[in-house]
Amino acid sequence: MKTGGKTLAAYSALYVAALYAPILFIAIFAFNAGTTIAFPLKGFTLQWFSQVFAAPALLEALWNSVRVALTASIVSTVLGTLAAKAVSRPNLPGRAVFLGLIGLPLLVPGIVVGISLLIVATGFGLTLSLSTIAFAHILFCTPFAMMIMLPRFEGMDPSIEEASRDLGEGPFMTFRRVVLPIAAPGILSSLMLTFSVSLDEFVLAFFLAGTDSTLPIFIWSQLRFPNRLPGVLALSTLILAFSFVLVLIAEKLRRMGASASSEGA
Amino acid sequence: MTVTAGAPPRRPSRLRSRIGADSRLRGYLLILPVLLFVGLSLLYPLGLLLLNSFWRQEGMDVVADFTFGNYAAFLGSPGQLLILGKSLLVSLAATLTVVLFSYPVAAYIAFGVQKHKALWLLAVTIPFWTSYLLRVFAWKIILGYNGVINSSLISLGIIDKPLEILLYNPFAVVLTLAHAWAPFALLPIFISLSRIDRSLIEAARDLGDSMFHVFCRVILPLSMPGVVAASLLIFIPTVGDYVTPQLVGGTSGLMVGNLIQSMFGRANNWPLGAAISVAAMIAVTAAACLFLHVTSRYGNTKGARR
Repeated sequence: MKTGGKTLAAYSALYVAALYAPILFIAIFAFNAGTTIAFPLKGFTLQWFSQVFAAPALLEALWNSVRVALTASIVSTVLGTLAAKAVSRPNLPGRAVFLGLIGLPLLVPGIVVGISLLIVATGFGLTLSLSTIAFAHILFCTPFAMMIMLPRFEGMDPSIEEASRDLGEGPFMTFRRVVLPIAAPGILSSLMLTFSVSLDEFVLAFFLAGTDSTLPIFIWSQLRFPNRLPGVLALSTLILAFSFVLVLIAEKLRRMGASASSEGA
Repeated sequence: MTVTAGAPPRRPSRLRSRIGADSRLRGYLLILPVLLFVGLSLLYPLGLLLLNSFWRQEGMDVVADFTFGNYAAFLGSPGQLLILGKSLLVSLAATLTVVLFSYPVAAYIAFGVQKHKALWLLAVTIPFWTSYLLRVFAWKIILGYNGVINSSLISLGIIDKPLEILLYNPFAVVLTLAHAWAPFALLPIFISLSRIDRSLIEAARDLGDSMFHVFCRVILPLSMPGVVAASLLIFIPTVGDYVTPQLVGGTSGLMVGNLIQSMFGRANNWPLGAAISVAAMIAVTAAACLFLHVTSRYGNTKGARR
């Protein structure tokens, strides 16, 4: 039993290491002076990182991605918060159907969602642009936002809301002055995580981009050229580092808020 | 939590008081905009995709004539059917790999970790939120002709020429998918494991069951909902994955997602692409139902649910 537990612990540590190893290789080779991705390493360099910011196409893609991700994160967090508040009542009739429907974009393969939206956009004669990407990303991010917000509302004591209503506040003021402050850490966490999801999303953007480009589309277009690989690695390292920081803060916020609301309940 | 006091109580209008009193109505009002949005941006497009699959392509235009021709063309093409079949098998293999490798870790975090549970969970959650494209791309670096594995083996003197069998085949796709989707398996299994009432395990132990029997008769059946959820969460979306087979699959590792993309790209036959998408989704749904049917016999998923 004791040795079994040790083996399991060692295996789990190995599993987590394997989870991170491929990402780590991206970072290692981004600092490698050699132009090919091969061991042994040729020495330390920062030149690939300086090249990254010298490419105007990349800066444009970055700016596009940020605009799309801001739109998608804000709108999806609003929608996800509304949905989570509604389904946090465990006895709401139709709850399971609502949960399934809103979660559907995670289950349907991205390519199918992408081409369906492409058919709709062409049918309406819309020009594919950042707006079509943002629209698709709102759809894709909403279930994530709902998932993040749901535990917060489920942990909330309903009597706080009742108290506010008994004291004469209308439902909208109750939402603003009671529910929203409790939900705030979750909302912040949701904004950050959906921002990260939208920033990294590729398939939907690929089908709906038209001539516009986002960061993942830019990376995809660069993968065909072996000599640009070091630059792609440097860019990837920056994106991964940014995501890591964002996710760490968001998860911290989520935990912090979660323990506060369960204490209040 | 402080509730700001001081504002005089407003007199609510009749509508407002009705919304205030009926919490069910309030719930529906909150969720209505979300449902409208999902309906408009997902159900309507999927409906149109279905409709498109019955139309036909003529030159550059799609003609709205009702026809089963696209489905007939797909079913009549052994090459395309083979790609769909292979996609199902590759996804199934990836799903099984992920679940088998992740289950012990989920069990360790649920039962073995006492102090740093949150840290372990964070460690397995972070990759979930980072770029899928980059996590897949990383495998190209590892398995490539001049990649991490080949160059390491050469510099260690184990091989003298790079191995070409690592990249661009279905196994590379299975490996990459399994790695990229690992967090999707771990979390649902962990949740269902941590919901198991510990006294059931203790009772089985006290009654003389070995740890192995406790696992087979108590832990595994009770964690089946998590295993089933994890499997479906991975199997269903990966069948239509585009990125992984495109990057590491080569020609032998192409999957149905790539086939669909080509119909909307180079081949320019949107209705046929739509028909293949619909056929793929039907096949996935059928496979998922079959899977649910089989697992419900083994694990008695209904009984284990809270």
